[in-house]
Amino acid sequence: MNFMPDILWSDKLIFLLLAALSASAWYVRRHEHLLLPWRRVAHSATAMVSLMVLSLFLLIGLLDSLHYRAALPEKNNGETVYSPDVLSVFDKLVTPLRTHTEKTYSAPLAVTLYAKESTTDAQGNVVRDYPRLQYGGAHLADVSSRDGDIARRSLIGAAAGLIAGLLIVFAAKRWLPAHNWPKGPMFIAMLIITILIGALANLASGYHVLGTDKVGQDVLYQSLKSIRTGLVIGTVTTLVTLPLALFLGIAAGYMRGWVDDVIQYVYTVLSSIPSVLLIAAAVLMMQVTIDTHPEWFDTSASRADLRLVFLCLILGVTSWTGLCRLLRGETLKLREMEYIQAAQSFGVSTLRILTRHIVPNVMHIILIALVMDFSALVLAEAVLSYVGVGVDPSMISFGTMINSARLEMGREPMVWWALAAAFAFMLVLVLAANLFADAVRDAFDPRLSQTE
Amino acid sequence: MDVAGDLEARTSKMIAYLIRRILYAIPILIGVNLFTFALFFVVNTPDDMARMQLGIKRVTPDAIENWKQQHGYDKPLMLNRAASGTGKITDTIFWQKSAGMFVLEFGFSDDGRSISREIATRMGPSLAIALPTFMIGLVVYVSFALLMTLFRATALDMAGVALCVVLMSISGLFYIIGGQFLVSKLWHLVPISGYAVGEDSIKFVLLPVLIGVVGGVGSSSRWYRTIFLDEIGKDYVRTARAKGLSELHVLFRHVLKNAMIPILTGVVVVIPLLFLGSLLTESFFGIPGLGSYTIDAINAQDFSVVRAMVFLGSLLYIVGLILTDISYTMVDPRVRLS
Repeated sequence: MNFMPDILWSDKLIFLLLAALSASAWYVRRHEHLLLPWRRVAHSATAMVSLMVLSLFLLIGLLDSLHYRAALPEKNNGETVYSPDVLSVFDKLVTPLRTHTEKTYSAPLAVTLYAKESTTDAQGNVVRDYPRLQYGGAHLADVSSRDGDIARRSLIGAAAGLIAGLLIVFAAKRWLPAHNWPKGPMFIAMLIITILIGALANLASGYHVLGTDKVGQDVLYQSLKSIRTGLVIGTVTTLVTLPLALFLGIAAGYMRGWVDDVIQYVYTVLSSIPSVLLIAAAVLMMQVTIDTHPEWFDTSASRADLRLVFLCLILGVTSWTGLCRLLRGETLKLREMEYIQAAQSFGVSTLRILTRHIVPNVMHIILIALVMDFSALVLAEAVLSYVGVGVDPSMISFGTMINSARLEMGREPMVWWALAAAFAFMLVLVLAANLFADAVRDAFDPRLSQTE
Repeated sequence: MDVAGDLEARTSKMIAYLIRRILYAIPILIGVNLFTFALFFVVNTPDDMARMQLGIKRVTPDAIENWKQQHGYDKPLMLNRAASGTGKITDTIFWQKSAGMFVLEFGFSDDGRSISREIATRMGPSLAIALPTFMIGLVVYVSFALLMTLFRATALDMAGVALCVVLMSISGLFYIIGGQFLVSKLWHLVPISGYAVGEDSIKFVLLPVLIGVVGGVGSSSRWYRTIFLDEIGKDYVRTARAKGLSELHVLFRHVLKNAMIPILTGVVVVIPLLFLGSLLTESFFGIPGLGSYTIDAINAQDFSVVRAMVFLGSLLYIVGLILTDISYTMVDPRVRLS
């Protein structure tokens, strides 16, 4: 075998979440009353278009979560030695983007470096000029043909993307299950996405479409890699918040008495600490633990990854209180309902009342809270990384991208492309998440649907 | 009933209520204190911290002991069995590092300065930014939300909501970076960062305040709009319209007044927290407030300062909660102090 799968902690958690998501999707499909609000979501054009964008990001994130370590060519006493570099399937797919690193900064689609350098020409004279890039536009014999080449490449790529998009649309028309989908907007969005991907991919094969950063790494590659970090923070945190909030919130609301007092006390204490400070304090402590136990990690990727998982844990511990309070309030209301009292007087066990009657009736609150939290968490990552309590500096994320680009703001002419790329990718991801969350809230909130 | 007696009764009721609330806040502050103590001293031992601060390479047991002694961490955590009398409790890390916070005695930072004094001098600059941002922001957000409510379900409202969603999808970092780039670097209107005391301060305060206000438009205006729309569906609004009142009159005299409770819930709580300033704004603009103090402490891994700020933050938050309750009684006489 010339590679060894290397499943990081965050990968396990992501696939656990994916399994849970698929299981609940399968369950919902079999129950018409659960499917109903989702049908409302599927009617909304904005929701479906945002969902398509989110799915694209999710696909990249998932491909980027299948990690492996390649075998090194030389063997150690017949035993295969694996490289310490942990790569992902996504890295493999975009190998040229990853390996084509320049010397330092270059602007988007540039063929030369961003700063002048002294070189010695054939006659032995020292010339100060912009050196050509090693990879970006290296296929061009003449620099002046760049604009034409860019136009040609993007047109060809866009055309290929259009054809692929049309094929998908035709396939969808044929095999999409019968439902009142907002077909027009969805198909147009699909075509736009495939055309963009086509043009981008074809351009990226010859240029650094979004430029390169200080160490010459492709900014497009960084932006694509940041997606996984954002998704992990936005979703894995749920694994912590959900059980804490669900269990404690329902226990407090249903048991009342001293259980309620204790749980209320715990969440009041936690929520009274401003969240940034609490996160900062917890992350500082985590850094001490990680630094004093270097023996826990075999690769630098696993250290960065464990730090990411810890960050999710900390974010989860600091953010369950809001949802817990909501669930407690709702359970207090529900337990006075006649059908719960009937169940109690029939002698149904507490556990059964909770799982059969209470939990299904607070599910919509949980769902709304979780999708609303996602975008907030993606945004929080960038801020926390800036403050210095975010992900590991070696891990590519929107926060680390912004952070390193920010230091170059003072340069003339300004290095703007890394900031612009992080801005655009984050905006698209968070905007799609926000729009989808709004649609989910509108479809699930019974208060809203009654007023319609 | 005479007015003076009524007022007196209300005041004494208010004082009794305040005392009750303050008594209720004490166990929460004790909880915060114990929690931060556990976070800072139990998760990692003082030895771990010393090793981290000194760097991995030149760590000898002597150096660790030395560091611990310098920073006062060379004592037992909660109970000193070696000491006698009250020393069993007072000669411990918990007593000396954590308990003092209840009387706002925060001890010394790693560079040997008094944290309490730093906090006192840095509050001013923090407030100079945070207070105008808060006030102007509130007026702008509520006005924008009222405007959207006035034109509800029209293209103008839709455009407003769409704008809000886009604005709230942009990270706060980009507002600051973009604002600094446009206003300071491109147009050279105000200095890019810095701070001065007195009249000069205005040119340093202007941009951070502007950016702070713009950065909050999206989420806040949308939230206020939801509150107003909730109110506008109620019966009293229909009655007011049936009386023949103009839509503007209904909106300002009735809806705005009745929406005060939900607005106050979100707003009053943050007022005391204004003292802490904004981490991002202050650090980007080089304002010597409490926010940049916290960021510097985080980057320098100065645990005493971070611990102090955590405690101060929760103290201010609890003050905010009490203020919220008091403000309810002021806008709505139906709310009883109980």
